Amino acid sequence: MLLEVKNLSVYYYTLSGVVKGAEGISFSVREGEWITFVGESGSGKSTVAHAVMNLVPSPGRIVSGEVLFNGRNLLKLPGEELRKIRGKEMTMIFQDPMTSLDPLRTVGDQMVEAMTVHGVDEAEAKRKAKELLEGVNLPGDRFNYYPHQLSGGQRQRVSIAIAMAFRPKLLIADEPTTALDVIVQDSIMDILNGMKEEGTSIYFVTHDISLAVERSDRIAVMYAGKLVEVGTVDQIVENPLHPYTKALIEAVPDLWKEGKVRAIPGYPPDLRSPPSGCRFHPRCPYAKAGLCDTEEPDFREVERGHFVACHFPGVWRK
Amino acid sequence: MSEPLLKVENLKKYFPVKRGIIEALRKVPVRYVRAVDGISFEIKRGEVLGLIGESGCGKTTAGRTVLRLIEPTAGRIVFDGTDITALSREELRPFRRRMQIIFQDPYSSLSPRMKIGDAIAHPLLVHGLAEKEEAKEIALKMLRRVGLTPEEEFYDRYPHHLSGGQRQRVVIARAMVLKPEFVVADEAVSMIDVSMRASILELLESFREEYNMSQLFITHDIAVGKLIADRIVVMYLGKIVEIGPTEEVLKNPAHPYTRALIQAVPSIARRKREKKLRITGEVPNAVNIPSGCRFHPRCPLADELCREREPELVEVGHNHFVACHHPLR
Repeated sequence: MLLEVKNLSVYYYTLSGVVKGAEGISFSVREGEWITFVGESGSGKSTVAHAVMNLVPSPGRIVSGEVLFNGRNLLKLPGEELRKIRGKEMTMIFQDPMTSLDPLRTVGDQMVEAMTVHGVDEAEAKRKAKELLEGVNLPGDRFNYYPHQLSGGQRQRVSIAIAMAFRPKLLIADEPTTALDVIVQDSIMDILNGMKEEGTSIYFVTHDISLAVERSDRIAVMYAGKLVEVGTVDQIVENPLHPYTKALIEAVPDLWKEGKVRAIPGYPPDLRSPPSGCRFHPRCPYAKAGLCDTEEPDFREVERGHFVACHFPGVWRK
Repeated sequence: MSEPLLKVENLKKYFPVKRGIIEALRKVPVRYVRAVDGISFEIKRGEVLGLIGESGCGKTTAGRTVLRLIEPTAGRIVFDGTDITALSREELRPFRRRMQIIFQDPYSSLSPRMKIGDAIAHPLLVHGLAEKEEAKEIALKMLRRVGLTPEEEFYDRYPHHLSGGQRQRVVIARAMVLKPEFVVADEAVSMIDVSMRASILELLESFREEYNMSQLFITHDIAVGKLIADRIVVMYLGKIVEIGPTEEVLKNPAHPYTRALIQAVPSIARRKREKKLRITGEVPNAVNIPSGCRFHPRCPLADELCREREPELVEVGHNHFVACHHPLR
């Protein structure tokens, strides 16, 4: 197993209280697979992705759990060791590429530096940078451009090129296409798919479940800081078991779906004081008083590779 | 057939590009961004026209120019039989109440220091439609109407207490409180979680029914357009490339660009997709507009004719028009 996350919890210690951003998260990522985390804003999907890199921003803190990357717990690793892995064996790209690009230096400069810090000599780094730019369908002359001279889509390509410099085993992509137009989004997804075919595992984060279905192998659904369902794309799309997953699928505007789109009633809860029992129960049409509002459902495997945290998985079919 | 509520004829908006001092001294001619470059369309009462395009295609400028929030460079805007293109600010005022806009970003379109209830009551006071107490009553009703309940509690909240979806409901309530006949909704759901979009669209739909309200619904997401629009207009680099009934345009897109847009949209229902029509590159900037058909440098079907002559909109089906030398069939 390339990545194993066990019982991970991340809290944010804000002035107005402790926000339980993610609680008791366990999952794994295999070599060469594409797993997509889906959830609304505030579901904790991005928090978990940052925690896997051990990059939770203040005032957030990882309060428990393990992140095993190739068997080594990244949360216990000394900074020096961690830095050798980050940026080389596991890398991350963001929604806004400018969070990782330096506006004052050329694209080429930054690409070369990303490699020389890990011990590549400069001439070799330059040659490779141009190759990487071609790999993301950017002309080699972009090497001398500053980030502001590029479009949003091109900047995202540059950040992917940097992330791919060492052919990482794991690429975490946190909503990398949310700010982009659909045609550009599609081409970025194709590029990531190419990375996957060359052996990099893709850990993709999005609020749009329709973006997950075409290229992922597995989907993980998060709600209010909890993992509620994990399965293969077929399992999640054809046979969702959590009422939230079902609602999420039905709420997405879809060009090719006949009939109406159904909105999910209500809003996600405030994670300073999440609901008791199952966190989805206040919005769940199938919730049963005396159980769903008091007892938290276990996250369990109901068919091979298909996990769900619900007292009544798939109840609407019965 | 009744008169359309809104008629836009050959509308243009050019923005001058800033020259550097050296260029100015050397008398380099001012260049223009041709953001909107001659578009015409009509919207009937109660009709929703979906304006689709990528960033930089001019759709936002078009929406604002129609409302005269931006002054047009050329063309005509006729609202309910009156040419409003050249009306003075004073003359325009009665029309302002009848035409509203909903912006994309619910974070920046609400004043952080105004209670949301007051924000909704404010337009009534500005237009002199209600006194203070009455305006508050109406605002409370409106809060309830858009699903922000208990409304007394929501009235006194500030925008930062609300989620993005809730804020967008406030923005909609503020626009709807004047019972507009026409609304420009500019990417009204783009910054909201996918899971929340349907409920915001339902809300807009309910106001359309109640007020028989027309909408120009601007979006880059054609799947959203499908849900709300009766007809769809596709813009590329300041021009309309295709316009027609929603169903017809989606099922039989005639412009290669429209087809590429449709195929790039992710879909759960059709996750194993047909072969894509590959288009390359990104939208060029609107200063250096390509010759002939503006789409030709990215079009897999382009030939000599496309490079040389700009195509006109021609009818390819009932009320379905396309500007392409080689429309898809």
